[in-house]
Parts: sequence; C-alpha cells; structure tokens
Amino acid sequence: MKAKVYVTLKIGVLDPQGKAVQHALHALGFEGVGDVRQGKFVEIELDETDRAQAERAVDEMCRQLLANTVIEDYSIDLED
Amino acid sequence: MSEITPDVIASHGFTEDEYEEVLRIMGREPNLTELGVFSVMWSEHCSYKSSKKWLKTLPTEAPWVICGPGENAGVIDIGDNQAVIFKMESHNHPSFIEPYQGAATGVGGIMRDVFTMGARPIANLNALRFGAPEHRKTRHLVAGVVAGIGDYGNCMGVPTVGGECEFHASYDGNILVNAMTVGLADAGNIFYSAAAGVGNPVVYVGSKTGRDGIHGATMASAEFCEDSEEKRPTVQVGDPFTEKLLLEACLELMATDAIVAIQDMGAAGLTSSSFEMASKGGVGIEMDLDQVPQREENMTAYEMLLSESQERMLMVLQPGKEKMARAVFEKWELDFAVVGTLTDTGRMVIRHQGEVVADLPIDPLASASPEYNRPWTPTPAAPAISPADVPAPDSLTGVLKTLIGTPDLCSKRWIWEQYDHMVMTDTIGRPGGDAALVRVHGTKKALAMSSDCTPRYCLADPVQGGRQTVAESWRNVTATGATPLAITDNMNFGNPEKPEIMGQFVGCIEGMREACMALDYPVISGNVSLYNETRGTAICPTPTIGGVGLIEDSAKAVDSAFPAEGQAIILIGETRGHLGSSLYLREIAGGEDGAPPPVDLAAERRNGDFVRGLILAGQATACHDLSGGGLAVALAEMAMAGDMGAAIEPANGDLPLHAWLFGEDQARYLLTVGDAESVLAAAAEAGVPAAVIGTTGAKELTLGKNETISVADLKTAHEVWLPGFMAAPDTFE
Amino acid sequence: MKAAVIVFPAATSDRDTKVCLEQSTGKPVHMVWHGDTEIPDVDLIVLPGGFSYGDYLRCGAMASHSPIMKEVKSRAKQGVHVLGICNGFQILCESGLLPGVLMRNAGLKFICKDVDLRVENDTTPFTRGYGKGQAVRIPVSHHDGNYFADDAALEKLEDEGRVAFRYLANPNGSRADIAGILNDKGNVLGMMPHPERLADAQLGGTDGRPMFDALTEALS
Repeated sequence: MKAKVYVTLKIGVLDPQGKAVQHALHALGFEGVGDVRQGKFVEIELDETDRAQAERAVDEMCRQLLANTVIEDYSIDLED
Repeated sequence: MSEITPDVIASHGFTEDEYEEVLRIMGREPNLTELGVFSVMWSEHCSYKSSKKWLKTLPTEAPWVICGPGENAGVIDIGDNQAVIFKMESHNHPSFIEPYQGAATGVGGIMRDVFTMGARPIANLNALRFGAPEHRKTRHLVAGVVAGIGDYGNCMGVPTVGGECEFHASYDGNILVNAMTVGLADAGNIFYSAAAGVGNPVVYVGSKTGRDGIHGATMASAEFCEDSEEKRPTVQVGDPFTEKLLLEACLELMATDAIVAIQDMGAAGLTSSSFEMASKGGVGIEMDLDQVPQREENMTAYEMLLSESQERMLMVLQPGKEKMARAVFEKWELDFAVVGTLTDTGRMVIRHQGEVVADLPIDPLASASPEYNRPWTPTPAAPAISPADVPAPDSLTGVLKTLIGTPDLCSKRWIWEQYDHMVMTDTIGRPGGDAALVRVHGTKKALAMSSDCTPRYCLADPVQGGRQTVAESWRNVTATGATPLAITDNMNFGNPEKPEIMGQFVGCIEGMREACMALDYPVISGNVSLYNETRGTAICPTPTIGGVGLIEDSAKAVDSAFPAEGQAIILIGETRGHLGSSLYLREIAGGEDGAPPPVDLAAERRNGDFVRGLILAGQATACHDLSGGGLAVALAEMAMAGDMGAAIEPANGDLPLHAWLFGEDQARYLLTVGDAESVLAAAAEAGVPAAVIGTTGAKELTLGKNETISVADLKTAHEVWLPGFMAAPDTFE
Repeated sequence: MKAAVIVFPAATSDRDTKVCLEQSTGKPVHMVWHGDTEIPDVDLIVLPGGFSYGDYLRCGAMASHSPIMKEVKSRAKQGVHVLGICNGFQILCESGLLPGVLMRNAGLKFICKDVDLRVENDTTPFTRGYGKGQAVRIPVSHHDGNYFADDAALEKLEDEGRVAFRYLANPNGSRADIAGILNDKGNVLGMMPHPERLADAQLGGTDGRPMFDALTEALS
C-alpha cells in the first residue's frame, strides 16, 4: 500500500514561501491568483495491507515526525 | 551489426584520429561501455588535452611545496608538522543550466578533493562571474548560485570566507562558478591516490550510485548550444548532509592505518577514479559492478561507470582492514562495499551480472590520452591610452561615488551574509577585505587567502593580464602581513580550437609563469575549463587565481580599515595614472579599450616585501592593496571599513588629478602609520617609492579642493546596488 | 562545572562550543554521540548549532527523535541545565522542551551576521553575567530562525518573564523579536544567536563570553 501525506502550514500561520510564489505568479501575469500556500508532499511505501491499520500508523508518523502540529496540518491519502 | 556506428562515435566526442587510436589500443572494436570509458577519460575535462602542453611550463616547486599538481589537490608545508591542502575548481556549465544544484555540487566536489587527501576543510572561497545585470537570466543565476554555495558550505560547517563577484556581458550565456577549498592536515598523514598492493580490496564508500550526471565530463568539454538548457537531467543533485558524514567518516578512518590510497569520484565517477588510482600505482583492477551500491533499478554497466552521483569515494584498503573500516562508515550511516581487487595485469576488468563488460589496458589508455599543440595566434597589442587623452570629470567625488556603487566594485554583503563565514571560530579577517584571514586552529598562525582575476586586462593583453592576476593575488595576501606561499589556478577560456582563444590561453600562462617565478609563488593545483562559449561568443579570458599565505603570529596581521584619527596615509609604489582598460574608462568615460597597466614584477616584489616587513614590525596600522578603481577607491574602502574619513593632499605632480586618483598602476599599496618619517626613510633606503598623501580623521573623505564626501554617503552608495538589483521583480522570461 | 555537548550528525558548531566551554571551565568537555543513550554526570548539556540531518523535513525534527534525546529530556526534568544554540534551539522546540517553533526566515535567505540583542531576563545562570536591558552583540547564522508561537503561548512567555533575549533589529521575522526563550523552570534556554562565536577578542567581540563564565560560576 502507498500513503501520500500532504503537510501544509495552518491557516493563520504566515507562509513566506507561499507569499513569494504568489508574488511570482502575479509577476508572470497569472491574474486571479489568490492566496498561495506551500507545503510538503511525502510518499510512503507500506507493507501493511489493512487500510485501517495503515491509516493509524501513518497518522502516528505524522504526529511524531512528519508534521509539527504547532504550525502544520496534514492529510493522508491511501492507495492500494 | 555493430553497436559502434559512426554516429555513436561522434556523439561520444571522438575525432576520427582519436577513434583510430582507440582501435589501436584495444586491438579490436570496443563495446559501448568501453567506448564510454574512453570518451570520458579523453574528454578535455579529464585529459587536459588542449592545455597540458602549456600547463607544464608553470613553476610548481618550492621548498615548502609538498605536493604539486596531479593529485586531488596541492599541498604546502606551514611548519610544526602541519600542511595546507587547497585547490580551486570550476562548475561553470552545470551552474548555468541549474544554478542552485550546479553551484552546490561544485562546492561539494572541491571539498571532497581536499578532504580526500586527509585535510579537514577550514575555509571556502568562490569566484563568480555573471552576465550583464540587464541580461534576463542574471538575477535568477545570482540567486541560485549564491543559495547553492551557501546551503552546501553552511551544512558542511566550513566557513565561506572570501571570494569575488563580477558582472560582464561576455558571461551572459556562460557564467563562471569557481570554488576553492583550503584544508588543514598533519604533514605526516597525507593521502594520495596511487593504488598499491596486488590483492588489496577496492572499496566504495558514500552515497549510492544513480543515473545522475551521465556524461557531465563530456558536457563540460563542449560548447554550449541552443539545446543545452534541455540537458537538465545531466545535472547532479548535491546532498551536503551525506557529504558532512562522509567527511567525518573519512577523517576518522584516516586516523588509523587502514587506507593505502583514496580518490574522490569526481567528474566521470567510478571510471576516472579507478583508472587514475590504478594508472598512478601501475597496477590492474578487477571490479564487480553488482557490488556497487545502487539507488536505481536496472542500471547498465555503462551508466554505473559514467554516473556522476555525488558524495562518493573509492579507496584501496590494507588487507584485513575491511571490517574495521566498514564499522566506521556504518556508524556514519554511509554505504560501504568492497567492489574490487587490485591485480598485476595492468588491465581494468569490469564484471556485471556475471559477464565481463569491459576489459581495457590501463597504461596505454592513460598515457595515450591525446595531447594537442593547438594552433594559436598572439593577441594584437591594444593601443596605449595616455592619461591626458581621458577627459576629466566634473566632480571627482561624484565619480568615486559612482564607481564604488558599480556592480563590480559595490559591496557584496548581500552574498556573503548568506554564507556562514564564522563557523569554526577562527575567521579573524571576515569577507569584504583584501584577503580573508583564518587562524590555524589552536596556534598563533593564520592563513591569508584570496581569489583574484582581472579579465578585462587579460582580454586586452593576455600576458600582462596573466602577470597582473598573479601579482594581485600576491598583493592581497601581502596586505594582511602574510607571506604568500602558493596558488591554485582555475583557467576559464573559450573554444581552444580557435587560434585567437588558444592565443589568450598561451599568453595568460606566459604572464602567470613570469609572475609565479618572480614572486616565488608556485602553482600547486588547478583546473581548466575550456569551451566557455555560447553561439560562438567567448567569455573574457579568466584565469582565476586562488592564493594562500601564512602569517606566523596572527596578532601582527592588519586589515584595511582606518584604525584611528591622525594617522598618516602613505602611498607605496609608483603612480603614472594608467587609465587604459581601467574601471574609470569603462564606467565613467564609456570605453573598454586600451592597454592594461604594465606589471613590473621586480617592483611588485620589492614593494610587497617592504610593506610586509613594515606590518610585521608593527609600523603599519592598516594596509590595503590598490586595484580596480585605483587610489580613490582604495581610500574609500579603507574609510568605509573604519567608519572614518581622511583628508587627502593630492600629490599628482604633472598628472591630471583624475588619472592620479583613478589610474590602475600596479605594485601599489596604501598604509596608515603612526610615524611617517621613519617609514619614508626606510622606503627610501629600500628603493621603494613612498609618499604621505593625507591624514585620517573626521567623517568625510576629502580628495582636494571642494571635493568632499561623507563616509556615510560612500557607504550608502557602496551598499545599495546589489540588494536593490536582487530585490527587483523577476522578469521570468 | 562539568559540561557535555551532544553531537548530532551534521552538527557544525560542536567543536566551537566545546572550545568556548573549556576556556571558561578549564575542564574537558564530554562529547556525547546522538546515538548513545547515556550522558555522563554533568551540570550543563549543550545542544550545539549545525544542520542535524541536513535540516531535511524540518530543522531539528529528526534530531529530536535521536536516542540521546530521551536522556536529555529526563535530565532537564531533573533540573540539569540545558542550552540549545541555533539548531539546538530548533531541536528543543521540536522535542517539546520549549514551546513554539522556528520557521523559515521572513527574508527566505540564510543570514549570517552580528546582531544586537537586549537581555530581558538576567536572573538565570545563563544570563546572570549580563544586566537586564543590556545590549549585547552576538552573531546569528541560520535559515530558519523565525520564532513562532501562538498568541496564548506568547502571552505566557511574556507573563512569566521567559523571553531571555530580544533582537534590537529583527533579522528574521520572529514574533515579538524573540531571539531566545526559557522553559518554565528556567533551566532550559534556547537561542538562535551563537554566543560561542563572539567570545574571543580576535574574532571581533567578547559579548558571548559572560554566558559561559556565568554558567561556570553558577553551576560549580
């Protein structure tokens, strides 16, 4: 099974990198670009075959290491 | 049908004659893997085939030189059983294609060259040359290169203490990124690359091998063409974290007696490292590619042999030391694999999946690498420009303010504040001065180091330019009080197949040779980067010189800041107001012509030795070398560094004042002293031209009647350009 | 005072910190490998500057899970003094010994320069060598020194006097100009500036020295 983890800054936490990207997109002439948030994407190959078990394990990985919950949110996609 | 078609031969960069030689050496048609090995070994980058003939003419010896060119880096003796190991190397083409990774891996590569020999890197420098600021790519390239250098060196914990950064349209399509590392080793524990001991294990350590940078060495040897920017996959990605672990693991193993020989896997990777080790040691090598740690699946022998994955080393170990060595590398979480054995066959035999995939004679391949005596034409002499022919400005202080704010002379703070220049807590002369000064840890000694080149002089007159570049390096080191010991040269030129470009190369080497001889300043390492051309337009000839010197008592060193009020300012050396090829001409009068200032090497020697003597005797309280922009710019730099002004009484005699202030005559220094009379007397005795030209004090620099500018204004003009340029919105072509 | 410096993979200021501590204490400093699980009996544990794990993922995140960190946390709980400098500060935040987190600098660039700090708390062994309100010059050298904590955590820090140092000219966007903070018991200090880098006149300043001298005096 494969887990795809998306880590993003919490709403309300300043994201200077996202801001720089937004700025650059505007400079490129992309009109209508609103707020940009930059995050991280982590792909994990898992031996686990049980979906619920996998979800629990990846959630634990996120809380312990992959995200800092002081400033970051995360979401998990599991793929068979 | 043979896989070696004429197209395959041509795409590997062989001329017909070269391929005939391949056939002769092999005694049969090579297979594709073997052809690939020949191709990188005989590339310009690995074989120096166009430059060898001329490089051999450079002086490489001195009593303090332990090891000259030919190893991973050069080695000099600094006493007390300590040695300094250093080298400069280019990563020009990769940095143009992908500035962040190209520059980062350049820094990683040069540090490996130095710690491969047993030294802990203690300082990095870099010489950067970008296209015109107006060029659409320049800002993007500056940002990427600087971030790449910073991130790699910072993570390694090696301070980046100095360098240079200039802009010129000749680099629009071909920037230069020259990186230098200086390391410190025990003189009795230096490691070389010659393999020895038939039956000894050949060991691979570091990162795993992937498909990165295949044929980077060949790319570095070809002119840029329209589709170069499509060649991105050949750019390697750097991993400074792994290199930091590799550094610590290597130094840990080097403290034991396990290593017979060691070689960095630089350009051309496993091929060139194993070839060089075997060839230098006169032995054969058998290698099993199945043992090579691999990052990707289904790699072919061709790919594994030519991969330029970073952060890897090849070692020959003493028999029976494998287990202990493995433990060291595993502690640092690095791959360790015995991949081969030394043999007495004189051949390199490569196995992959149970079959012999390459079987090459080592000596014939190495010794038969092509050497060309390429046709060259001397550069026509540039017309001399008399000071009187260059119009005077309305305002001297206005010119000064303009000059110190130009891209070439402005403060590079925006760059060096992105480099950790203080880690290791021995940087006693920070970036921004003549030469950086780094203490030899735990001793009173310090090393002065500097990177220099004046491409505009080299273009106008390669011989004088070559001399001047070495002389300026020597002056910069001297101006701290250190004794210059040796240099590394990084020769960046255009296409050597063009006689006029080859003429620039030959001329620069000739000038460098003369200066190295006259100044006892041998070349101990270096690198050649040719084919720096885009669409037929070559860069200015740029032989970058990295110089290193030693001061026994670092407490005696001086910097260039005005130290106190009421000090006499003394100008050392002869001033003739030379304005040909000067920055005044280019930036103010709008011309890039004219012969560059002649370099009198005897005067350089005499004046420099005199200045160093004064510094070591405690008679000079500050010292600054005079270079681009001349006397006025040097005064402004001393004033800004010390946050203190000076009143200058022009001693221009018959010279127009602007020529006296902005001329770029060589062999000159500015000093501040407490006791001017004794210094002038000593100068007269030594036959050194010296004159008091003013006194330090107040908050303004006064260059003559109605010519006053505040130090604060100078600083603003000096600091504002680069951050402003970098903050401007990107155009994103 | 006996001191230990924890060596993480790609620590870069471990030696600098050792040199500085030895100059103040006159005693050899224990260098403890991050993979170990025990620390000798010491009065001060220092987490030095550097790029543990290459700053990959988040600065300090992986180092905060090093085997040795269990022991560091347990010693801190027992009242042993712990100093985290730069990457050490990031590790202390990631490991929960200090509140908040260090984010990418507001200017997005790595920054290495001398900065001026104001001493806000002069009552701890770390800061006793300075006077409250004193301005000191200490270099920063980081890519991720932008201190962030939510309003509640920030208010708590301020109310309890746990801001140790503040920038006089904020170089990185830190909330409330915070350069260094203390834990609730005052025995753990994390700071982005490097006091060990300006503790030697030949390097251009000595404002870092009083921290090491005061620790030596207080913890001997």
